Amino acid sequence: MADFFKKLFEKKTKAKEQPAQQKPVDLAVTAPLSDQQINSILMNQYLKNEMKQLIASVGQSVGKQREHNEDSLLALTTTISGGADNIPFGLYIVADGMGGHQFGEVASNAAVRIMGGNITKKFHSYLYNLPTQILQESLQEVMETSVMEAHQYVQREAPGSGTTVTAALVLGQQVTIAHVGDSRAYSIFPDGRIDPITRDHSLVKRLEELGHLSKDEVANFPHRNVLIRALGQGEALEADVFTVPFPQGGYLMLCSDGLWGVVSDKDIHRFVAEAPSLPRACQNMVEAANAAGGPDNITVILVQMIG
Amino acid sequence: MGSVYRARDLHFPNVVKLVAVKEMINSAPDPLVRKTIVQNFEREANMLATLNHPAIPRIYDYFTQDDRSYLVLEFIHGKDLDTVIADANGFLPEDQVISWAIQLCDVVSYLHAHKPDPVIFRDMKPSNVMINHNGDVVLVDFGIAKTFQSGQKGTMIGTEGYSPPEQYRGEASPLADIYSLGATLHHAITRRDPRLEPPFSFAERPVRRINMNVSNEFEAVINVALQYAPSDRFPTADAMKEALMNVARKTGALSKISAALPVASGGGSGIKPLWSFKCEDEIRGTPTPHQGMLFIGCYDNNLYALNAADGQFQWKYATEGGIVTRPIVYDNNVIFGSEDKRLHVVGVRAGKVVWTYYTDGKIYSSPRIADGYIFFGSDDQDLHAVNVNSGRAIWKYSTDAPIHSSPLVANELIYFGNEVGGFHAVDFRGQLKWRFQSKRAVTSSPVNRGQAVYFSSVDGYLYALDAGNGWPIWKFRLGKGSVSSPVLADDFIFVGAADGFIYCVDARNAKEVWRFRTENQVSCSPVIYKDSIYCGSVDGNLYCLEYRTGRLRWKFESQAAIAGSPVVFDDIVYFGSTDHHVYALFA
Repeated sequence: MADFFKKLFEKKTKAKEQPAQQKPVDLAVTAPLSDQQINSILMNQYLKNEMKQLIASVGQSVGKQREHNEDSLLALTTTISGGADNIPFGLYIVADGMGGHQFGEVASNAAVRIMGGNITKKFHSYLYNLPTQILQESLQEVMETSVMEAHQYVQREAPGSGTTVTAALVLGQQVTIAHVGDSRAYSIFPDGRIDPITRDHSLVKRLEELGHLSKDEVANFPHRNVLIRALGQGEALEADVFTVPFPQGGYLMLCSDGLWGVVSDKDIHRFVAEAPSLPRACQNMVEAANAAGGPDNITVILVQMIG
Repeated sequence: MGSVYRARDLHFPNVVKLVAVKEMINSAPDPLVRKTIVQNFEREANMLATLNHPAIPRIYDYFTQDDRSYLVLEFIHGKDLDTVIADANGFLPEDQVISWAIQLCDVVSYLHAHKPDPVIFRDMKPSNVMINHNGDVVLVDFGIAKTFQSGQKGTMIGTEGYSPPEQYRGEASPLADIYSLGATLHHAITRRDPRLEPPFSFAERPVRRINMNVSNEFEAVINVALQYAPSDRFPTADAMKEALMNVARKTGALSKISAALPVASGGGSGIKPLWSFKCEDEIRGTPTPHQGMLFIGCYDNNLYALNAADGQFQWKYATEGGIVTRPIVYDNNVIFGSEDKRLHVVGVRAGKVVWTYYTDGKIYSSPRIADGYIFFGSDDQDLHAVNVNSGRAIWKYSTDAPIHSSPLVANELIYFGNEVGGFHAVDFRGQLKWRFQSKRAVTSSPVNRGQAVYFSSVDGYLYALDAGNGWPIWKFRLGKGSVSSPVLADDFIFVGAADGFIYCVDARNAKEVWRFRTENQVSCSPVIYKDSIYCGSVDGNLYCLEYRTGRLRWKFESQAAIAGSPVVFDDIVYFGSTDHHVYALFA
């Protein structure tokens, strides 16, 4: 019986293999590549020769209609090579503060510094001690406790104010996000996709999810800037904390609503894909937001993994 | 119109396979119209045949003869919701209706996501919703029958009372299905038949005025679905489902659903095994099906080969120790480890030994094959790499404790835990890539997806580590330690623990989705098949749960603890129990 199966099985595998080998070549049809596609292929080949590393650039502007900049950002990119491991490490935070008496600035500034300090402290021994040590705390726990510390600080030092915070910790191929409010993180892929990774904690988004607003109503909603969750506000704060893979061959982007609320996804993708460098891409996006009226502070961080 | 017949498929003369045959009579007088109707019917039948969802009956065939067209489809055992509502004494429990509502949103969302064009059900109402013998919903009577309703003006379809206002203007959109779904739920939870009321008068019959027991939250969801203006309703079935899931989480319905439901008729101890086979001692291992055979190890020291179809004994092969490892079949050989410290390789056909490989400890770790090597751990504390053809040792990687965990081969690395909690990633040359330390033994076997590797530990955590460097991404606290190997499906990860629960956790953010209580420890590793999860417990039951909600579908009681994992193949679940039996059940 088993021999019978064996015979049957062998024939099948052979039958499968042969046509694949003899596939006539002239049946293959390829569409001509656009210049942009050819460039991106060439660019990728060039990048293959590099050591695996993160590169990042930032852009920021007060905008055309505000007097103060209440946005804050932190971008930290570390590459250490020399041991057996070379794990890229990066920390990127965008915060958009709100509240009177310039407390908005205080809140967003405190959020990025306290979170940044807390997280780097946790990773200090991994980055600079010999032998390097892996943390016992999980990446998501580190992010959660850092958000809580910043939350308590803002409540204490700048009462009444609040801030959004969107933080991305890149370690190896993983991106661990902590997010409160309506700043956003996006995955931008070379094929034209631009996917939001975070979900806004805003009144308009909530109403949209509940089905109370149609697409048109969302676009014209008068209270677009009302948040339902903010760091520094409320007793218990629940941040969204989760882990996603770094966008393969693409970019990670963090920005405040001064960018995403003004410049369309399509334009953002175009600026990122067409700019010759990351700093230029950031600059172009900030300029586009200002050209469209610059109603709010603009902050953007663009990160790429090469090698 | 036409009739539905219950019929038997005679292509399978040896078994009774029931099908439903729907007959539609083409009464249009004009031959051109008749032809168009038949063409429409055939187009719809072809479209339906491409649908694949547990809540949609499968289409087997269709044909037209003279003035009648026929559709042959899956026969659904059960009652329609109209009858369920009418037969109930008093109101249906809210948890029950929410659970059906979630399933209905699921299938409607599936239909709306159909490519190239969304499928609009157009006729959601209790009489078109079947509750099958598992207590799950199945949508019947697709729009297909509508093509035969000539004589009506325009495209008036849908049933009065359940149809939204815009449908009376001839518009059929996904939002119309949302409204009808709301109307169906309103009827189910209030027992007020909307066909007996003026159209669009739901707002005058608030749910809680009729049925006080309904939660505010559930009433609110029904109200949003029933909004007069389509733009005021849930934008998608998914959005409605999410709102329902939130209600279920708040009211505790998700965890109560399983308890509140009468377990599937034919469930409980009523389930009869397809076959069972008695060995001479406890079975704690997992079977392996292969080309009509089933291989399973037993504490009576034998590896058994059974006929998978009827449980007939084929052969057995005796070792000198108990067998808990899961056999693996490679190149017509069965490979497995035994407590006699040896890895055994025997022929599939007659159970004749091909070669054996000695270690210095008992073997509880199941072998894995990759790249021509067999990888497995032993109580001698080593991970062994053995040439699969010759049985020659290639290398050993020594750790500091016995290895019970079965290795995972992925990303060109071998991942495994040991009994002091060291979790290792070793490359194909036997070099350590990284090691992570948990506080107690890692007996479970890891699973991976993309760049993450998951396992549970006796220290009471379910871990997600970065597969490339061992960084903990998250930890999820279980009630007690776990030796159960996790399994992944969609964005969920499932695992059992010694606290008696089966857990479902969101793999992205380590948030609990549901937990299901069994009566004793769960050391079994769950398996997923179609939309169900199967898992045994030390309480002696094999549980079948719907994996998205944790709702109990059925359970089967064996006479003693179930420690080994089930395996599902071709709609049949196979598993062993410490009551000495191997069982085969219909999935």
